[in-house]
Amino acid sequence: MAYDKFEVLKSSAVPLPIENVDTDQIIPARFLKATERKGFGDNLFRDWRFNSDDTPKADFPLNNPRFSGKILVSGKNFGSGSSREHAVWAIYDYGFRCVVSSFFADIFRNNCLNIGILPVQVSPEFLQSMFKSIDANENTEFEVNLPEQKIINLETNESESFNINPYKKDNMINGFDDIDYLLNLVDDIKVFADKTPI
Amino acid sequence: MGSTLFDKVWDAHVVKKIENGPDILFIDRHLVHEVTSPVAFLGLKRRGISVLYPNKTFATADHNTPTKNQHLPVEDPLSANQLAAIEKNAGDYGIPYWGLGHHKNGIVHVIGPENGITVPGATIVCGDSHTSTHGAFGAVAFGIGTSEVEMVLATQCIMQPKPKTMKIEISGSLSFGVTPKDVALYIISQLTTSGATGYFVEYSGKVFEEMSMEGRMTVCNLSIEMGARGGMIAPDEKTISYVEGREFAPNGADWDRALDYWKTLHTDEDATFDKVISFEAADIEPMITFGTNPGMGGSIMSDIPKDFEGSASYKKSLDYMDFKEGESMLNKKVDYVFLGSCTNGRIEDFRAFASIVKGRKKADNVTAWLVPGSHVVEKAIKDEGIFDLLTEAGFEIREPGCSACLAMNDDKIPPGKYAVSTSNRNFEGRQGPQSRTLLASPLVAAAAAVTGKVTDPRTLMQVESLTE
Repeated sequence: MAYDKFEVLKSSAVPLPIENVDTDQIIPARFLKATERKGFGDNLFRDWRFNSDDTPKADFPLNNPRFSGKILVSGKNFGSGSSREHAVWAIYDYGFRCVVSSFFADIFRNNCLNIGILPVQVSPEFLQSMFKSIDANENTEFEVNLPEQKIINLETNESESFNINPYKKDNMINGFDDIDYLLNLVDDIKVFADKTPI
Repeated sequence: MGSTLFDKVWDAHVVKKIENGPDILFIDRHLVHEVTSPVAFLGLKRRGISVLYPNKTFATADHNTPTKNQHLPVEDPLSANQLAAIEKNAGDYGIPYWGLGHHKNGIVHVIGPENGITVPGATIVCGDSHTSTHGAFGAVAFGIGTSEVEMVLATQCIMQPKPKTMKIEISGSLSFGVTPKDVALYIISQLTTSGATGYFVEYSGKVFEEMSMEGRMTVCNLSIEMGARGGMIAPDEKTISYVEGREFAPNGADWDRALDYWKTLHTDEDATFDKVISFEAADIEPMITFGTNPGMGGSIMSDIPKDFEGSASYKKSLDYMDFKEGESMLNKKVDYVFLGSCTNGRIEDFRAFASIVKGRKKADNVTAWLVPGSHVVEKAIKDEGIFDLLTEAGFEIREPGCSACLAMNDDKIPPGKYAVSTSNRNFEGRQGPQSRTLLASPLVAAAAAVTGKVTDPRTLMQVESLTE
């Protein structure tokens, strides 16, 4: 089932300069009870974004009118913890298409790639320069160029290359999905299944 | 050059390698639960396809289920809806389903081994990061997202780049009062929560050889908390005898064939790992966490560190816990105690907890929830007299499920309260909004439950052995 293609994204960014942001913060477990993938954006960072009486916390970046954009920028080890894909659904549903960090947790990175969010891993230095630029001017735009595997600060012209598996890159550019690919191999899979040892 | 245990199991399951891309890995066993599966089943329906191997798929309900009055209809309409969805989906696609009230129901990572679904040398996935538990049997087991759940339902395969390999060896034997949970919390405190990201871990050394199967499950369960996709321990006689005779384990000629395969499952002497880390068992003491990720932990005797990696995030973490640098963890007040979860919800965990409680009472200031990992565990607790011992000491034993580990049901630690928990995550709000979690072993949890504060369990164990 195809998802939105990703080629070049130009956008301002929302900073979240916190390390080890785990998936329980991205979407607390009590919001995982849906049987369909909709409405998760409302509860993105629920307990950091809202007080217990549901009023917004003014100092949280997503509630700060200065910041907007389709790029979320956060500290190292983003997405650690639970495998819940609801975390990336919430990020996508809120309107982000790209997450930038200096380090991503493994399952989170896969989940992003599987639904069409681009996880961009940059050096700690580049990450700090992004935070600095956004802090100085919240309208700073960044270009995330997937075909060239490059992220560019359009204000300072600083840029950095990022890595992505070539197969996944091709999938994202074309909006292809792994399951379509695998369904074409079902005959081979059945042959393999018959000779597995257990 | 020889192969590692991980390489042997992984390589035996590669259907195809995509050039410059991931491996297509065949999955032997797929465990499914109510929370991460409904959207995957919807995907199958949209595509108009079926489950390729329903007989390699097993479904249960554990994450959102109540731990009281399971015989009554589930009150929370959203949870009830999710339970109805998995029951219908399992029925529609011919997948065995052990729902609420079924005698095999329980936490997915507890019932897999109990029923012989978990076997050495298998590839096992589940839409849950603690799937790493099954690595205790020498299986390659890891958590996946819902898109991948759909992928495995549809094709019995998953696309994954092969992780790097890491060996964690611990020499020597564990000291008195030091448990598998302490071993895991110690390793995570040394490696941090991202120290093994990108790696698949093999645990080796005398400590793990001497460990019971249940202890090995606790250690492998927590592999994800240092970022590793999974962790595994080479199968030995203990593993084989645990598996033999369980309902879904191979039998007859299949058993002999499986044994031949399992005997090959060890790391060859000349195999190399991408990374090797060594520890001494003598350095490990009973552990407790003081912060908001499982890497923020230390010996129960130690003070909260003054310098810790990531100063801004560390300060945020201590503020959340309302702790200060340099404070002692001993004697901190405890409001709640939670024994349970896929990390420590098995019979040995209840035996350990009961060994401290014996001859004592629950402290009045503590609310304790003791939640068996499955009905099989619950039955053993009753059969062994542990149920009576604990209830007479003032404890409440609930019905099985994930419970307060992630607080999807009503078992929520109230805002601001401190809970000593045998579960796996102390993230902000993990056990309920604004709750504060101290991760520890069942022995430490029991010591907190009977004294009402953070207590070194060895002091209670020593007193007991002197009076005997």
